[in-house]
Amino acid sequence: MANELSTNVNEITQYIVIRIGQEQYGIDIKYIDNIVRMQQITRVPQVPAHFRGVINLRGEVIPVLSLRVKMGLAPDEDTKDTRIIIIKMDQHEPIGIVVDSVKEVVNLSSSEVEKASFDKNDERDAYASGIGKHETGLITLLDLEMVFQGL
Amino acid sequence: MDVSQYLDIFLDESKEHLQNLNTSVLNLEQDPENADTIGEIFRAAHTLKGMAGTMGFKRMQNLTHDMENVFSEVRDGNLKVNAGMIDVLFRCLDAIEGYVTIIGETSDEGDNDNEPIIKELNDILAGKGGAEAAPAAGEKPAEEAAAEQPAEAEAASGWNMADLSEDEQKALEDAMLANKKLYSVTVTVQENCLLKAARAFLVFKAIEEFGEIIAANPSTQDIEDEKFELEFSLIIAADGELDPILKEIKAVSEIADAKGSVFDGEAAPAAAAAEPEKKEEKEEKPEETHPAPAETTAPAPVKKEAPKKDGAQPPAKAEKKGGKPAVNRTVRVDIEKLDSLMNLVSELIIAKNSLVSGATSDSESSSNLHDQIDYLESVTTNLHESVMKVRMVPIESVVSKFPRMIRDISKQLNKPMELYMSGEETELDRTVVDEIGDPLMHMLRNSADHGLEMPEERIAKGKPEAGSIFLDAYQDGNNVVIEVRDDGNGIDTDRVRQKAIERGIMTEEQAYAADDSDIINLLFMPSFSTAKQVSDLSGRGVGLDVVKSKIEALSGEVDVKTKLGEGTTFTIRLPLTLAIIQALMVVVGGEKYAIALSGIQTIEDVDPKDVKTVESKEVINLRGTVIPLLRLDNILECESTRKPDEHMIVVIAKKGDKQAGLVVDQLIGQQEIVIKSMGKYINKCKFISGATILGDGEVALIIDSNALI
Repeated sequence: MANELSTNVNEITQYIVIRIGQEQYGIDIKYIDNIVRMQQITRVPQVPAHFRGVINLRGEVIPVLSLRVKMGLAPDEDTKDTRIIIIKMDQHEPIGIVVDSVKEVVNLSSSEVEKASFDKNDERDAYASGIGKHETGLITLLDLEMVFQGL
Repeated sequence: MDVSQYLDIFLDESKEHLQNLNTSVLNLEQDPENADTIGEIFRAAHTLKGMAGTMGFKRMQNLTHDMENVFSEVRDGNLKVNAGMIDVLFRCLDAIEGYVTIIGETSDEGDNDNEPIIKELNDILAGKGGAEAAPAAGEKPAEEAAAEQPAEAEAASGWNMADLSEDEQKALEDAMLANKKLYSVTVTVQENCLLKAARAFLVFKAIEEFGEIIAANPSTQDIEDEKFELEFSLIIAADGELDPILKEIKAVSEIADAKGSVFDGEAAPAAAAAEPEKKEEKEEKPEETHPAPAETTAPAPVKKEAPKKDGAQPPAKAEKKGGKPAVNRTVRVDIEKLDSLMNLVSELIIAKNSLVSGATSDSESSSNLHDQIDYLESVTTNLHESVMKVRMVPIESVVSKFPRMIRDISKQLNKPMELYMSGEETELDRTVVDEIGDPLMHMLRNSADHGLEMPEERIAKGKPEAGSIFLDAYQDGNNVVIEVRDDGNGIDTDRVRQKAIERGIMTEEQAYAADDSDIINLLFMPSFSTAKQVSDLSGRGVGLDVVKSKIEALSGEVDVKTKLGEGTTFTIRLPLTLAIIQALMVVVGGEKYAIALSGIQTIEDVDPKDVKTVESKEVINLRGTVIPLLRLDNILECESTRKPDEHMIVVIAKKGDKQAGLVVDQLIGQQEIVIKSMGKYINKCKFISGATILGDGEVALIIDSNALI
């Protein structure tokens, strides 16, 4: 009973916090299939610049997207912290996204998330679904549907 | 008992029987007197009716029933086959096919009664002159069988009291007290019957209309679980006579025989005594069906009578089956299971490849390791082959419907024509066979409608009046080739040119500069039709473009050759297998790529000085043939690691008659690769047909040389 009440009032969602450039982004954990270290990416010719190519994930060939390029930032600089996050959403085929680093997992209750209005014309804001307020700072919550739209 | 679990089998078998019927009726049209064909048609119709009945599809059953009546009269010589009848029969088959399709989609037969066809069938029956009403289907064989009845009746009892449980004995006594008649019946199902339990269930149902089943051997539970060989025995308590019951049992399809006698525990030994000779003849047989005869005394020999009688039956039955080829033994395998097996093989090959690369990079290679690799290699190759074979099916299943189609078109257009087919046994991957039907149909219609001229025109040209269409399939290396050829008028390239100009697809100059093969390729463009009239069959401009896209989706290609006045040949070339191919591994700009070996002709070493420029395109002259050069580093957007003055490695790829030289930096060698899809996000690049995973886990792209040429 008590449990039910609490979830109704304050729904808690788990996010994985990643870093791209200087900003922190949150990705809903339910869409994340896997996080792998940077590995060799096979370039594919004649595809948009935000596609870095394809990788081998346990025998499957998965396309890899550069979130930085997609957001209009400078291309990735692969370091030892760079990770590929494999995203699986219902309507989409699995896809990997390259992030500068993966920081932590945070729990955000719905009261901590602000559905701020964004300037959807701005490349970066277009992919945000809200702002999460956490003790480590503000986390921009990624709207993956928007990211994958028109890929 | 629920019959829905049999729906799949029902659908498969119905389609098979319909196909048989179509083929047989076609034969009948050619040879109306052929008794074998008529017999075969009758059997197929009868089985179809029985199956529809089993599954409870009453409308389908009614229609097949009426059709069967017609065949039955034909078989008995009361009716003569004529053209009108054949037409009605074909319409009837189409209607039945309609039912099967609807059942396949909705598990229900729909509510179309097909009254007009039933009426026509009945008219045919009435037209034979006799006042005799249509005999009930299945009655004929039943009557014949009934005639043999007296001889068998006394021998049919397979029971003795000792076999019965207490409950059964009690029920027996009750029935006797109630003054019911007791019969013992032995039912034999046909040897090739697939749904024995379902048949048995129908037998039970049939019997229940007359009386009650008191005992069964094996038990009813075992019968429902299909735990019996070909026969089972029952004791029935009924009010009426035995004969109608037996008749009803035999009316159930795939029941070979039903024999019965009045059941009387005491009477049995007497019956046995009446036939002592027969008993001795077959002494050896019954042990397998009745494991404990030793314990039973007097009735035991009688028990043996039932199987024995069956033993005497086969010669007659075999004769009846005479014209029909042996039942096709097929293995039905869930395609998903096959796919997972396929994946396993893929994994195995990847593992093998990693072993190979491990061994070559390690200089201190022990011979043991090499033996292992050899072994692994032979295992994987065999496994691959056998799995592929399981997936291969003959194209017959698709092409067998075409003679019927051509016949209908011929009638519809009033154009006499013949279809000649060869190589129906050629095998292709199941997925390909499933997809190839529509394109082939389009092409055949195209040939029949556009290709062949009207008979007057043909005679004027000195050709035989009836047009010929050929469908030839054969295997050619790693490909299967299917040719659709006609001896019609061929493609009038000038008319196509004009059409192209009219449609604004080409300017006049372009049209006349283009060579004929380019012009013919226009026919494969969407909504490009040269037919003067849009007919029911084709000419709407949807057809050849569909054919092309379908075939290309199967990694195949279509080619047309035509000669004005002499005919047209469409050639479809399909890969035998789709998932695993032999490839040549190359390096371009430091990246590894795979090129399918089937598209490669030779590999040449070319001096840069020998490269000439024609119309600002680079070409080489290779033993007299001018071949355009394609620099893969440019196409793949990377930097070649070779110096411009170094000799070039040129992979000569071919596509039909065309060739091209692909310039690569380095050759790695031949390898078996597993084709993996790259997903829809990234497949925008036309000449990359997929990716593969190399032994070291790296992903290499597969270059589709056909798309480059």
